Amino acid sequence: MNIQAVKVIYKYEMLRAWETLLQSFASPVISTALYFVVFGSAIGGRIERVDGVAYGSFIVPGLMMLALLTQSIANASFGIFFPKFTGTIYEVMSAPVSFMEILLGYVGAAATKSLIIGLIILATAGFFVPLEIAHPVWMCAFLLLTCISFSLFGFIIGLWAKDFEKLQLIPLLVITPLVFLGGSFYSVSMLPPTWQTVTLFNPVVYLISGFRWSFFEVSDVSVGTSLSIVLLFLGLCLLVVWWMFRTGYRLRQ
Amino acid sequence: MSSIVSVSNLSKTYAGGYRALNDVSLEIAEGEILALLGPNGAGKTTLISIVCGIVNASEGSVRVGGYDIIKDYRRTRELIGLVPQELTLGHFDTVWNTLCFSRGLFGKKPDPAYLERLLRDLSLWSKRDTEIMALSGGMKRRVLIGKALSHQPRVLFLDEPTAGVDVDLRKDMWGLVRGLRESGVTIILTTHYIEEAEEIADRVGIIADGRLILVDDKQALMQKLGRKAMIIELEQPLARVPDTLAVWGLELSGDGCQLTYTYDPRSARTGIPGLLQAISEAGLLLKDFKTTQSSLEEIFVGLVKGKA
Repeated sequence: MNIQAVKVIYKYEMLRAWETLLQSFASPVISTALYFVVFGSAIGGRIERVDGVAYGSFIVPGLMMLALLTQSIANASFGIFFPKFTGTIYEVMSAPVSFMEILLGYVGAAATKSLIIGLIILATAGFFVPLEIAHPVWMCAFLLLTCISFSLFGFIIGLWAKDFEKLQLIPLLVITPLVFLGGSFYSVSMLPPTWQTVTLFNPVVYLISGFRWSFFEVSDVSVGTSLSIVLLFLGLCLLVVWWMFRTGYRLRQ
Repeated sequence: MSSIVSVSNLSKTYAGGYRALNDVSLEIAEGEILALLGPNGAGKTTLISIVCGIVNASEGSVRVGGYDIIKDYRRTRELIGLVPQELTLGHFDTVWNTLCFSRGLFGKKPDPAYLERLLRDLSLWSKRDTEIMALSGGMKRRVLIGKALSHQPRVLFLDEPTAGVDVDLRKDMWGLVRGLRESGVTIILTTHYIEEAEEIADRVGIIADGRLILVDDKQALMQKLGRKAMIIELEQPLARVPDTLAVWGLELSGDGCQLTYTYDPRSARTGIPGLLQAISEAGLLLKDFKTTQSSLEEIFVGLVKGKA
């Protein structure tokens, strides 16, 4: 295994985040803090407890997921798209590296950045609302799995995108609506029965539900189902990336 | 000398149906400098890109250092360094960081002493902490060479290394290439500049329309295909070439004061003594004469146009 290559790609990507510290870390934290102010303090004070949890605390897992999903996708997609766009990808393509090593470098760095953001948001939430984590191990597991699988998904978008417009297309038009409609700010049980059924087709529901369960032991769907969906999504993304590298899709002519 | 790069029946057809390479076979000896000449779109970059692993071949195979570029891609790529045609660099990276990145990418542990030596050789040591966007075009070109050499490759591909650089820098590059060859690196360069091939190459390959028309030793190529011309200057101008000299196929120029005789230098009988005698018998007075040989450029143009 080409460990040196994994190291330099990972280091390069992390350095890029460090050099754009405000954009990489401060910006998502500030946005999430504003959500806490608006939904947690201003609106949350007027909403009753949801599934026995104070509204301000209830939205913490959803807000973390919102940031994790968007940041994982943005970090990973930009990480691989930019060298493609500038042409510097030639170096990676001509180096003695396997697709797994490229993934470990790029996706590993994107997932790490998202994980750091997630933890910062969790710490920030502690300033606004009281927080208890019922299952810290499961919380960490969901956090990690989400960071990795959505970084992989972002990597696929970065490989697929031919221009900046396409790079933004899926995150803006698909992911953000799915996260907002995936129970970030409410429990699925609060919806009318028909919409409850419809919302179960949204994969993000399972993600947020499982993650929320690790905090408060309340969930819209069973934890096993949530975990299975996340793992299935991870496997699917790995399969797609493997196929992309094997065929050279949008990488090798 | 053994082959370090062996290309067999290589063809490439792009998705749109464009056939960029057509059944190319080529052996490159270890330690030589091979110049690939060809017009735009001839297939030079496609050939290099396939060997380096950036483009997939449609047919044929390539071996580098005895290893197949597909099955043993790790081994072959470790041996290769590539300097691309475009100035593709991360503009916000420093010179030092980008070289460290390249070295690591090829699986080599950090070696600051080697990288320092390399940057000094490339006259870039003083710029090591400078961001690439602040460098001149020539310096960026040298950074690309530094990146390609950062993992100490045995084969170096230079895709039009002196495109757009000034004459001084071009000569510096030639010096660098010669120095690399002396250190045992095999160099394959593509170029539009015939003088570049003429100046530094050991062998020359000519590609046109995806086909390798010819590969030969530079001197042998010039001897085989080069025509020599004898230019005879006369004391008095002529209105036309005298009939007695028609058999020599002379061209009259220089306001009638210059006769040009083209001949094959490989021929046992060049016809020069007979011509000089015939000129004397025709009563023409010689002022001066000289001989010239076809340049590689003339040979190249002739081959590409199919009338060498």
